[in-house]
Amino acid sequence: MGERRGPRDRGHRLGRTARAARTTAGQIIAAAESRRPQRLVERLWGELSEAIGEARQLVGGHSWRMSEEELERRYTHLVGNKNLGEAGVDPFGFSPHYVRKVIPVLEFMHRVWFRVETHDIENVPEQGRCLIIGNHSGQLPFDGAMVGASLLLERDPPRMIRSMVEKFAIRTPWFGTFCMRCGQVTGLPDNCRRLLEREEAVMVFPEGARGISKPFRDRYKLAAFGHGFMRLALETGSPIIPVGVVGAEEQIINVGDFTALARLLNTPSIPLPPLALVLGPLAMVPAPVKYRIYFGEPLHFTGDPNDDDAVIAKKVAVVTAAIEALVSRGLAERKGIFI
Amino acid sequence: MARRKKRTTKVVITGISGRLGQLLARRLHRLPDHEIIGIDRRLFPRCPKDVEHLRIDIRRKACEDLFRRKQIDVIYHLGLMHDPRRSSQEHHTWNILGTQRVFDYASRHGVPKVVVLSSTDVYGPQDDNPAFISEDAPLLGAQRFSQIRDLISVDMMAQSYFWKAPEIETVVLRPVHILGGVNNAMSNYLRMTRPPVIFGFDPMMQVIHEEDLISAIVAASTPGLRGIYNITGPDALPLRRLVELAGRTPLEVPHFVAPVIARQAWTMHLLNAPAAELAYLRFAVTVDGTRATKLLRLAPQYSAAQSAQAARRLGVYDAEADAARSVALTAPTR
Repeated sequence: MGERRGPRDRGHRLGRTARAARTTAGQIIAAAESRRPQRLVERLWGELSEAIGEARQLVGGHSWRMSEEELERRYTHLVGNKNLGEAGVDPFGFSPHYVRKVIPVLEFMHRVWFRVETHDIENVPEQGRCLIIGNHSGQLPFDGAMVGASLLLERDPPRMIRSMVEKFAIRTPWFGTFCMRCGQVTGLPDNCRRLLEREEAVMVFPEGARGISKPFRDRYKLAAFGHGFMRLALETGSPIIPVGVVGAEEQIINVGDFTALARLLNTPSIPLPPLALVLGPLAMVPAPVKYRIYFGEPLHFTGDPNDDDAVIAKKVAVVTAAIEALVSRGLAERKGIFI
Repeated sequence: MARRKKRTTKVVITGISGRLGQLLARRLHRLPDHEIIGIDRRLFPRCPKDVEHLRIDIRRKACEDLFRRKQIDVIYHLGLMHDPRRSSQEHHTWNILGTQRVFDYASRHGVPKVVVLSSTDVYGPQDDNPAFISEDAPLLGAQRFSQIRDLISVDMMAQSYFWKAPEIETVVLRPVHILGGVNNAMSNYLRMTRPPVIFGFDPMMQVIHEEDLISAIVAASTPGLRGIYNITGPDALPLRRLVELAGRTPLEVPHFVAPVIARQAWTMHLLNAPAAELAYLRFAVTVDGTRATKLLRLAPQYSAAQSAQAARRLGVYDAEADAARSVALTAPTR
């Protein structure tokens, strides 16, 4: 990685993270680069069987589902502090009742499939507005779903997060309605501002489509951050909670982006997973990698929301650095991709 | 002590024979010291005795005589054509020329207030609409549904009089889907035995009961108020829930065949809505009504369930129910 850094490689800011990646899962990649694929496959297989064992234990012992009382308690908390209309749906389309029905699926993804490990979840305040800013990765937005699931399933009391989604999601049948009912909103500054004014926790991935659809060779290198979230944070006086998600990068291995087809189909990107040659469309099913989610200390910023881009960029850099630090911590702590 | 005689308020309602015109006329009729003059080509069945009804076309010069004769205080411009079966040319001349005339008469004869009834259709359903569209949002309604260009022009034209004739207090009201006995797209939709919905889409809907809208129109005539107001009713709710509240079972149609079926049904006169209106079943147009609730001091009296139920039947005027309602609605404001 470091040795092959060319002019196209704009991830130099993340040298530290890249180094950390080499010390951990990066070792696996190093094995691949040292042209001894035999050992890589062996190692991955070992990890995977360990992970499968863990998942089997969970499913066998039924310990991945929360008890009915616990679910009820969390649900009442969810409904309790929301201004819901006549139909039990908030103006943005979020329905706690619907989320309750989805929770078993979330629990399965969270506890069994990705075996999410969260750190410092109490950094997300119990109430009051806040912006949760994270690194986006993994072709499909399971990272956002898992951050949301962690706050619903692991935080006590639970906190509902509202994330900003691409309008492409809203255009897609079923998926759009699913997103909306689960509290997602179209990614528009106006929606974000109004949610913050209603004292909600809003999740934003400022890298957007650039981040989620980046190829495998750029894993754990943050793409350029948008500035919109910082202006909104300054305007509404919301603290920013940086989040580092480790693991999502390996869930779907992608080598490029079929931009022409994406433009034709009016979608943000079409990933090209090499495993599609073997697995077909199943290549888009995320691998059961282990997720590690690190919540950072809240960052408070003050200043004019309409400042020059250069001034805002400095503040954004503080957030980027915080996320980078969390990601490199995660990379240093992990033993492998699946465990 | 000599009682000072209060001057009667003279109001003109264009399109008085429409459902909303009739409701407005009856509501104002119950207010003290109101003289009501209606302009409409159509008949006004069971017109209250002291309501003057001029059966002429608003575009005709003869209309102006009314404004010469009387010092009008408020014009409620409800006489806009929405019938999708009429030709686009007729729509344009009627709506645009009609509105132009209304403002001409108002500025020439010193009418201090004009209330124009537009609608939130001017924003249009889009996948990137914010959850709360404010009054200063761009009017993109015609980008996929070109038949409503004239209604957008009317809205814009009314806005232009904010500076062209600043002495007139112009109020533009943009209500959400009006439900009740009215003959409009949304109420007609809920009158279908199986209202179609699009597979996999369930946009948020905002509705308002016709009586609540009339309250808003009356409130808009308060002296000193001007500007554009989104008029909202109870909280937004998903489309399927609204259909359920109206006591209907939705008919699921996939979005790729829906326009084809709709076009056929339209040409065969089985459906009275153009295919472009299907976008309303896919994407939300939900607006921010806080400006109106604050400045016009509005609070909806009817829930979404009541409004949906009211839309089940095309309006036949019930004078007694109206009398009871009007007393209840006007009493606390005086």
